[in-house]
Amino acid sequence: MRPNDSEHDPERTLVLEAFADTIIPGEKRFPGDRSVAGVSAGGGAVAAGAVELLENPAGGLAEGLDSLVFSLNDHAREYAVAHDLELDPTVPPFVALPFDHRTALVADLTGPDHPEKQMWVGLALFSNMAFDSAAHLRTSEALTAGHPGLLTIGYEQPQADGIWRFESFSYGRQLADLHPDTTATGSPA
Amino acid sequence: MTSIESTDVLIIGSGFGGAIPAYHLAAGGARVTVLERGPWLRGEEFDHDFLLGSSYTRIFDFVVGDGMSVLGGNCVGGGSVVYFATMPRAPRFVFERRGSIGRRMWPTSISRDALEPWYDRVAEALPITRQTWDKIPYAGGLFAAACQHAGRTANPAPSAVDVEMCTNCNWMMAGCRFDAKRSLLLNYLPAALAHGAEIRPLHEVQRISHNADGGYRVHYRIVDGEDYRILHDEGAIDAKLVIVAAGAGATPVILQRSEPELGTMPHAVGRYFSGNGERLNTAVFDEDRVRDVLGLSRPDGRAYEAYQIGRGPTVASWDRLDGSLPEFERYSLEQLYFPPGLGTILAQAPDASGPTWFGVDKKEMLRRWQSWLTIFIMSEDDNEGVFGAPPETGNAHRFSQQMLGHGPLSYRPTENTRRGWALADADIKDILERDGLSRVEPWTNDLVGAYTVHPLASCRIGDDPATSALDDRHELRGHPGIFVTDGSAVPGALTVNPAFTIAALAERAVPAIVRAAQERGVSVSYGAPSPDGSTSGRRAVLAR
Repeated sequence: MRPNDSEHDPERTLVLEAFADTIIPGEKRFPGDRSVAGVSAGGGAVAAGAVELLENPAGGLAEGLDSLVFSLNDHAREYAVAHDLELDPTVPPFVALPFDHRTALVADLTGPDHPEKQMWVGLALFSNMAFDSAAHLRTSEALTAGHPGLLTIGYEQPQADGIWRFESFSYGRQLADLHPDTTATGSPA
Repeated sequence: MTSIESTDVLIIGSGFGGAIPAYHLAAGGARVTVLERGPWLRGEEFDHDFLLGSSYTRIFDFVVGDGMSVLGGNCVGGGSVVYFATMPRAPRFVFERRGSIGRRMWPTSISRDALEPWYDRVAEALPITRQTWDKIPYAGGLFAAACQHAGRTANPAPSAVDVEMCTNCNWMMAGCRFDAKRSLLLNYLPAALAHGAEIRPLHEVQRISHNADGGYRVHYRIVDGEDYRILHDEGAIDAKLVIVAAGAGATPVILQRSEPELGTMPHAVGRYFSGNGERLNTAVFDEDRVRDVLGLSRPDGRAYEAYQIGRGPTVASWDRLDGSLPEFERYSLEQLYFPPGLGTILAQAPDASGPTWFGVDKKEMLRRWQSWLTIFIMSEDDNEGVFGAPPETGNAHRFSQQMLGHGPLSYRPTENTRRGWALADADIKDILERDGLSRVEPWTNDLVGAYTVHPLASCRIGDDPATSALDDRHELRGHPGIFVTDGSAVPGALTVNPAFTIAALAERAVPAIVRAAQERGVSVSYGAPSPDGSTSGRRAVLAR
């Protein structure tokens, strides 16, 4: 999705994308892609639909996204001052941070002692879910459409009816000695 | 004005703790009403889908607390619908545990021997069977082979899955659409319905109050069927006897919220919560080493790459379930599958140069997801969990439309708990990293604290009124006619999957509940056969 496809403020979308790309990074989608840093081959959380999932009201984060983005940019400004970085004024502050600095800031915000940890962990959780479970899409359809996250993790294709069944599932032989105290019902003694 | 209905026995929750007494009481002639906060899904309504709003998010609850997050069922059938159906009996030493209270945690009347006939009743009812190696999925086989290579033992764990019907799809956390998993939807609950019990889904009990006749009034709200953040009408039902079985994450909250009207609760209501000592490690296997060191290969030539295939945990290593070891140093290790989404975010990338749970290294780890093996530690924690003030409604402030909420539980693992986890982590490393088989890291506790899929002990049985909320008949101290029969009644961590023990305790509690109902004028008797009509379990317990 191009940033300006969103019905929301394009700058807000850029910031959410930059956060999601910090959680599961991907390759740039087009020349001049500012939110996706391009540090990893293949699609990441952004290409997987993280912004779409975050904006889904069912998730619970959608209503708070404006304030999350505002706050994230604030943290990015403070971070830049503390680390003596000059930020490109043409993009939002978090987007202007280089990838390693985005990473360091997100690690700090999600750290065990950070007072806002819960909301940043929530944002990270949904970014991750967009990538490896495509929670905004029907799973079988996401696989058919080549969802980058499900394909990256190697999630198996369902059968023709959209249901998963594995006919071959077992090595089919005993591979360890049983515990000597196993009872007749198969439980520990 | 809201009309007040009445029944003989009102049961809060339809998991093991609710379904088992519901069946016996209804079969014995009592009028039984079961209130369940979650929806009622069956068969093909259980989706193979991660989409928000599919069965995966409708029937399953994830409550984030302060230092402990709890996963549980949220549907008719409760935990039995979302669980992995791994059903070992708790080892003998568990019943002798003292924890940190300086005395035996379990009531004197309960030991492994005393519980065996009740385990047998549940085994007959579900049923639960021993598993054979020829049907163990690849992931279980891999763990077994690694244990053997390290000089350890490993067992196929007893299970309530009918393996002949199972497709090894590993969607069982979203409910089993093939009815291969023997949930309560297939035995106790239909049998209870056949005897006239009524089950009302999407009825969330908020509190209990007194009636002048010595009975109780149970107050509920209707939960919206799609957006659980929305509550609709309220209502109340009068009952002569109440059974609270809302799960260890909700039972104490309902009782706490009822305290202003019911009177002081026992000290142990909402204290001594145990996460069953649970913790996870994820290994990423080197496929070549799996082939070369362990000699494993699949028919298509791959060595493993089968994390997705199977039916949850199927193989466990019980070498450290040794009663001669010190308390807090005993645990089982069980191979486990956890689906993507919740099952990946906390896994840490081995050998990461930067952050371990997100970023570049984590994505590289995810590329090898099919070579993952997750190992489940169930150890002896220290009953550290304490529930704070109840939220306005339910047991959590619901954040997402379904599944995700924030609850009042806090948990600070003691040195005892951490020692068990450290020993188990080191053990897993020793087994799985041997000869370059894999690289393994524990899941991080930094994001949502510790986590459990087996919440226990938040309203527990015991002999000591200071440290137990229930007597050994599961009656709430100081509140005659209120019984608690779910996982919250279990005194502490069990070192194995607890569903079978929860169910056996619920079976054991029924005769005393029947007597209490009789004393309150309910026409009811005890002695129903197994839900399918089998009678050997009944004969065994009636002979005692």
